[in-house]
Amino acid sequence: MRYLPHTEHDRRIMLDKIGVQSVDDLFATIPETVRMNDLADLPRHQGELEVERQLSSLAGQNVAAGSVPFFIGCGAYRHHVPSTVDHLIQRSEFLTSYTPYQPEISQGTLQCLFEFQTQVALLTGMDVANASMYDGSTACTEAILMAHRITKRDKAVISGGLHPHYRAVAETLSHFAESKLVTLPPDPDGQEDLTASIDNETSCVVVQFPNVYGAINDISDLAEAAHANGALLIAVVTEIISLGALRSPGELGADIVVCEGQSLGNGLNFGGPYVGLMSTRQKYVRQIPGRLCGETVDVDGRRGYVLTMSAREQHIRREKATSNICTNSGLCSLAFTIHLSLLGQAGLTRLAKLNHYRAVTLADRLSEIDGVELVTPSFFNEFTLRLPARAEQVVARLVVKNVLGGVPVSRLEPNFEEGENLLIVAATEVNSEDDCSAFADALAEVLQ
Amino acid sequence: MTDAAIESRGATFTGNRGLELEEPLLFEVGHPDKSGVDLAEPASFQSRLGGMERQSPIGLAGLSEPEAMRHYVRLSQKNYSIDSGLYPLGSCTMKHNPRLNEKMARLPGFADIHPLQPESTVQGALALMDLLSKWLIELTGTAAIALSPKAGAHGELCGMIAIKTAHAAHGRDRSVVLVPESAHGTNPATAALLGYDVRTIPARDDGRVSVSAVRNVLADDVVGLMLTNPNTCGLFEGEIVEIAEAIHEAGAYFYCDGANFNAIVGKARPGDLGIDAMHLNLHKTFSTPHGGGGPGSGPVVFSKALAPYAPLPRIVRDGDTYRLLETAASTGKEGAGEAFGRLTAFHGQMGMFVRAMSYMLSHGSDGLRQASEDAVLNANYVRASLKDLMSQPYGDQICMHEVLFDDQFLNDTGVTTLDFAKALIDEGYHPMTIYFPLVAHGAMLVEPTESESRASLDLFISTMRELCREALDGNQKKFQDAPVYTPRRRLDETQAARNPVLRWRDKTQAQAAE
Repeated sequence: MRYLPHTEHDRRIMLDKIGVQSVDDLFATIPETVRMNDLADLPRHQGELEVERQLSSLAGQNVAAGSVPFFIGCGAYRHHVPSTVDHLIQRSEFLTSYTPYQPEISQGTLQCLFEFQTQVALLTGMDVANASMYDGSTACTEAILMAHRITKRDKAVISGGLHPHYRAVAETLSHFAESKLVTLPPDPDGQEDLTASIDNETSCVVVQFPNVYGAINDISDLAEAAHANGALLIAVVTEIISLGALRSPGELGADIVVCEGQSLGNGLNFGGPYVGLMSTRQKYVRQIPGRLCGETVDVDGRRGYVLTMSAREQHIRREKATSNICTNSGLCSLAFTIHLSLLGQAGLTRLAKLNHYRAVTLADRLSEIDGVELVTPSFFNEFTLRLPARAEQVVARLVVKNVLGGVPVSRLEPNFEEGENLLIVAATEVNSEDDCSAFADALAEVLQ
Repeated sequence: MTDAAIESRGATFTGNRGLELEEPLLFEVGHPDKSGVDLAEPASFQSRLGGMERQSPIGLAGLSEPEAMRHYVRLSQKNYSIDSGLYPLGSCTMKHNPRLNEKMARLPGFADIHPLQPESTVQGALALMDLLSKWLIELTGTAAIALSPKAGAHGELCGMIAIKTAHAAHGRDRSVVLVPESAHGTNPATAALLGYDVRTIPARDDGRVSVSAVRNVLADDVVGLMLTNPNTCGLFEGEIVEIAEAIHEAGAYFYCDGANFNAIVGKARPGDLGIDAMHLNLHKTFSTPHGGGGPGSGPVVFSKALAPYAPLPRIVRDGDTYRLLETAASTGKEGAGEAFGRLTAFHGQMGMFVRAMSYMLSHGSDGLRQASEDAVLNANYVRASLKDLMSQPYGDQICMHEVLFDDQFLNDTGVTTLDFAKALIDEGYHPMTIYFPLVAHGAMLVEPTESESRASLDLFISTMRELCREALDGNQKKFQDAPVYTPRRRLDETQAARNPVLRWRDKTQAQAAE
């Protein structure tokens, strides 16, 4: 077996050194009744060639996004990732190292985390950020728990514009951790009045910016209303590129910002691994969950970095920890940081503009089709259309025409009957003029 | 060059030392106007951002492509890694990460598919997830699986929520989770997150939990037991079957922390031991890369008793077609059972599923079993080769995939576990896990993994023996000064925590913030 270095001779010498007859003697502490000798139902080892053949065959049964006109978003976006990113994250020293427990031989990972935390704080307009979370949805739930700790209250108010998967994750945790959740109904038209749901028991208000339907609402009034009641505003951003064009949630008054950072550096990967971002105000830093990297000096006075403030964490605090989180999303956060370093402020601004341009021209084009109506007047790179037919059927018919044309709202909100004809469409810099034409033509044909 | 020669030269002008290169922060070398990505300028158009256009600069630094390459290559060179040397970090399983796995995970059919694509366009992905599920269920002897948890601790949460749901379904109101004192910190933290109280179980003199200790704390308020097996001292819990029976008799459930499953793959199945839920760390047992601290992946397997409550999404097979059950509205449909809800957006760490599957197909049943045997063989070889010089908290006994030492052998030397670990760094090794588990004083937990050859282990053992001798010979200063051959020497962690600097600011900003 190519991954195992020992010869039978090695094993014999080692068993002799240990002083046992056979390797089975090493497993003698396993009760005999449950010890097993074979896994008869599973195949035996194979060479690279055979494994590659089998897995390539499964991969070949999927329609890769890059192989067709592709317009799906809703929390995961297809962007161009520079070749440099994947090369760098595959360097052995990044790929095959672990959590920087020994800072003297982990300064590479630590400095990258420090750069990451700075980038996230700058983008979101906040003072500090942590070293990343599993993904946007779990970061959102952790932010709610954090707000409960800060306000010593336990009621969260959830906007109807929050990604339904994010809401579902929050519902799971609130149900089982026994806290309160007020969820507003799905809100494609941007008509909801969240302020009416805020009272003096509210710990936090959770609002997505731009929301899951793509709409952009000014959240600064909401921040004021929350603060007037002693509650916090949690802003959720699922498309991080949007912050290259939009005012930052921090500027608009958010107290905690959580984002899905997948768009920078990370591919679609059928949903994971992604990278959650979390940032907050300086005064709340001791309540932030997850890893934090901080600057310090070594015994020779040279600048260096360490994991810090671990008194919040589970390996020290155990049942009193701020969270049960142990890992961050290391390599994905590195990909994020490298991609964003390559873009820089100038590149990110232009990328955001290009995304918005694509979406605006596509929205205009699609809403010219008979019976198709644009639901979201303002948007970044994603918008919602009302179709003259059930969106799920339309999407299925588009597949036949080799177009992956957005997400039917009914997939995310099956109980929302008024949403049956709604389709959420995303456009990014990877969509060419030809892709957009193919989509418009196919949609027009399907709706005829 | 001798130390004296280095001493006489003094510092270099650049601060570099040959191949060891200093590297400033991105924000000190980059510039907001610089970019390493060429993008088309769109035609002029009317923006529709609802009046929310960004007004002020972001302050992000950019780098050209060659600058970015050099910046991150230089940073990478300040890291230790499995590919460069033995990484015996106990409880973390730093085994070889095959590059075939990386190649497979990057096939466009896996890497470039969206989680919300129509099911008809992702049948191969669902088939892969189904295949992975079958393997993991077979290897663990269980009844069902949840693939979505994002990491081990997330898997613990998944398993414990399923247990809470099961109790609720049976109308039982319980409040106490039993956790042995040697447990990972995530176990009590997870129990507390769900509003449970934690009751600690002491270990026996041989480092294991006894069935009588469990019986002593079992009562009708007990939700379940969270136990790591093999445990964090590297020992198999010999009374585990009886413990499981006792737990079940009390109407409670048995959660097993599967962090150490890599020791027993193909040797025993947790389902046969009586566990009800267990997470699998794909980044440990199944070789997906640790990536400097993640991403992990923590699928959870369930017994028949808990299977109905496994979370969404689930994969079901309709004839030749795979379907995804994604929402509560789909519960009630065949296969959705009494799912407790959703733990994360989308379907889990697909990139890790592909890598783990590639690893398992490569090893096959015979190779997986051999890997466990070699991991245990290697740990015992290290134990047998060091037992005369180092001390073990529970006496000398056969261990599983990792061997636990304590600091008793360092008594009166003035050398601490931390000093000893730092001296190992100067010898070119990543240290073992230190000060965990908390039950051993000055713990040193060594997990060589199956990836190490006999020659590699022999050199490590000789190094450890030499350091032991030097410590016992009173060469205290060498240990306290260590490490000296690293890009940075010991860092001031107290200052970092007391006065947290968690981001870069330019000097004027920094003054304004103060």
